[in-house]
Amino acid sequence: MEFIYSLPLFSIVLSLFSGPLCMILPGKAARYYTAAFEGLLIGADCLVLARCVKAGEAITYTMGEFPAPWGNEIRFGILECLVALCFLVVLLCSVLAGWRFVVHDLDETKINLYYTLVNLLTAALLALVWTNDIFTGYVFLEILTLTSCGILIVREIGRTTLAAVRYMILNLLGSGLFLLGVVLLYDVTGHLLMVSMQEAIGILGDNQASMTVISLAVGILTIGLAIKSGLFPFHFWMPDTYGWATPTSASILSSLVSKAYIFLLIKIYYRVIGLDMLTRLPITKVLFVLGLCGMVFGSVSALRAGNINRMVAFSSAAQIGYIYMGIGIGGLAGYTAAVFHILTHAVTKSLLFLTTPRLAEVSGDTLLFKGLQGSGLRDRNAGLFFTVGSLSMVGIPIFAGFSSKLLFAGAAMEAGSPKKVIPVMLVLAVSSLLNAMYFIRTVIRIYTAGGREGEIRTRSPHRLDYNIPALVLTGANLFLGLFSWVVTDLIQRGLLIFG
Amino acid sequence: MKKERKTKPGKSLFARWLDGEIEVMDLILDDTTQVRDPSREALKLKDTEFKERLDASPRSKEAADATRRRFYLAYTAVAVISCIFLIGVLLFAVSDLPRFGEENVMADAVVKRYVEKGLEETGAVNVVSGMILDYRAFDTLGESHVLFTALICVMILLRIDKKNMAAGYEDYYTVLSDRYYSLAGDNIIRYSGTVIIPIIFIYGIYILVNGQNSPGGGFSGGAVMGAGMIIFAAAFGFERTDRFFTARVSAYTTFVSLMFYSFAKGFVFFTGANGLGNPIPRGTPGAIFSGGLILPLDIAVGLVVACTMFGFYSLFRRGSIGGD
Repeated sequence: MEFIYSLPLFSIVLSLFSGPLCMILPGKAARYYTAAFEGLLIGADCLVLARCVKAGEAITYTMGEFPAPWGNEIRFGILECLVALCFLVVLLCSVLAGWRFVVHDLDETKINLYYTLVNLLTAALLALVWTNDIFTGYVFLEILTLTSCGILIVREIGRTTLAAVRYMILNLLGSGLFLLGVVLLYDVTGHLLMVSMQEAIGILGDNQASMTVISLAVGILTIGLAIKSGLFPFHFWMPDTYGWATPTSASILSSLVSKAYIFLLIKIYYRVIGLDMLTRLPITKVLFVLGLCGMVFGSVSALRAGNINRMVAFSSAAQIGYIYMGIGIGGLAGYTAAVFHILTHAVTKSLLFLTTPRLAEVSGDTLLFKGLQGSGLRDRNAGLFFTVGSLSMVGIPIFAGFSSKLLFAGAAMEAGSPKKVIPVMLVLAVSSLLNAMYFIRTVIRIYTAGGREGEIRTRSPHRLDYNIPALVLTGANLFLGLFSWVVTDLIQRGLLIFG
Repeated sequence: MKKERKTKPGKSLFARWLDGEIEVMDLILDDTTQVRDPSREALKLKDTEFKERLDASPRSKEAADATRRRFYLAYTAVAVISCIFLIGVLLFAVSDLPRFGEENVMADAVVKRYVEKGLEETGAVNVVSGMILDYRAFDTLGESHVLFTALICVMILLRIDKKNMAAGYEDYYTVLSDRYYSLAGDNIIRYSGTVIIPIIFIYGIYILVNGQNSPGGGFSGGAVMGAGMIIFAAAFGFERTDRFFTARVSAYTTFVSLMFYSFAKGFVFFTGANGLGNPIPRGTPGAIFSGGLILPLDIAVGLVVACTMFGFYSLFRRGSIGGD
């Protein structure tokens, strides 16, 4: 087997190893190491992606000498590598751009522990994206749950502790439901490997056997992952969790962790349940409706928020709704739109969450809209990048958000049934309008002269460490907007060999 | 700062709960029992703004209390009903599951190979050890890092530093700290500890190194050894454990164990996937040195588990692992 195909294995194992390594390094060294290591991972993933695109097939890689149903397996195709690449780029940008805030927000003796968690989180993300075994998925889901609570709690103010307790309880509820679903499916199929499970479920479906168990298992699996990723009505933990965490954590939690759960759900639908079986279950209709509700209610809540971070967090709830709506529409086009929106939202939301604290720090550390007036003039770079993120979220052409919305609309048209087209179009319009109302309002606010003049101070005079990651994220955003066909083509090819 | 939210007019309580603005726990708990927040300063600005709005609010305390009670009742009712519903659905689904011991044709091949060829292929008499550390070693690699992650999270939360040990709380910590209420001088505990601790350690090591031959292995052996450490610290005080087990020792032990685990298994995964076979000798089944990598991996996992157990205890008792 070619050496390139071993790179995912090395990526996961070395990320796991980097966790304990960062524990014994001093804080600063841990940060440099983490950044360099993420860079290496991006390089490795690019190589694998290029190889997969060239070969046009997915590679299954046996973890050990024992073949699939007995041993563990990972699988990487075009889709997995593309999503992993996006995750890693956003992760690296978050680590770099949030560095000075990490130094400020954290106690100095705990900085190395923070990067320990970030490395373990990287390993969990990669393993979730690449796993071909549902139980391996559960194990790394646990690591992701714990690390995501850890990077939230590390700020050690009362608000984050409170938010983390709530986040952890809901997350554990989600994990518990997921595990219950896995156990039920294992009980009727006798397999944990995704391919074998799908075969077994296909046979059971043909015989009409154990259908109650299967539909219940799929239902609670989905609810578990929906709670973890914050689908309406389970989105109420989002504003506190994202709003108070240190910027790197907020960016990672909102753009990567919740997306990893959704990607796992898509993977389970495609590779465990099978799309044929899925159409016979009611669960995608539920997701469709909840996704539409989330799009509207998330935006309405965002409109009423008085704090910029809470607003951005509620907008995440709306965007998660978009993704679930894509899954609910179904079909190749629906899933393509959903995956594309995962990428779009990852690059946009991380940019916003990395920018808002910079607007706040030139306004006397307030996140309330009142105090933010004129902050875009005081910190011009941050203002510019916030505008870019906002325009993309609203769906202005040339930005990624526009391509996403176009894809969703196209997917609904392709699905054909008026029961889907009309609600999708209507809610897309309403949601875009609401998005525009609160994002443009904020942009106008930060560019209106006034506010705290003369109080211009930043903790970070060297701004390169923010500007370069923000430029990379903006570039990714523009690429997704202007050359969306490249990415959608890759996603479609990936999805075709995914199932 | 939370009071303001309860009394902000214009939104129903349910809508605000949906928005995450209010906590159910806030409604249940009295305001005096709110979480202590040592780092108030950062939020001072917010606080004043909240207070302004609170003063402007027209609602009285009685009305707020009544709303709180109604909300609590409704919340309890909904919670109970949804739990009963979930229980009902799950019971209904369980009746549809295959019976215990029933033959499952589809899954037969998997189980058969574990049971029939496990000894031959992994060299471990204990098939469970062979499964978790050889057949499905990748899962267990993740699982041992779950434990490590938990340790890191507890360290972040409980290790005393400048942020969670703000001025004014120092007395509180010293009075309630372990050093004040230590049981270490107690004769009964000391003498029974002298008898029992060596036995616990020997038993723990026995479980650890026999994981491939009999029920046991890294997780259980490490837990027993960690319990031994905890009893040692309880009987003789942390001064004695600090002489040989400091935060540094703990960190390096964990690091070396996990590094060995990751690299050894990474190597085996790599050779296995590339068809190079497993170069590690399997030994004679039943002997101590058998099962290939299972014994060293068990020892590595055991050390991590022991460090984690003792770390939890020490962090909960006094806010540090020791020696710093």
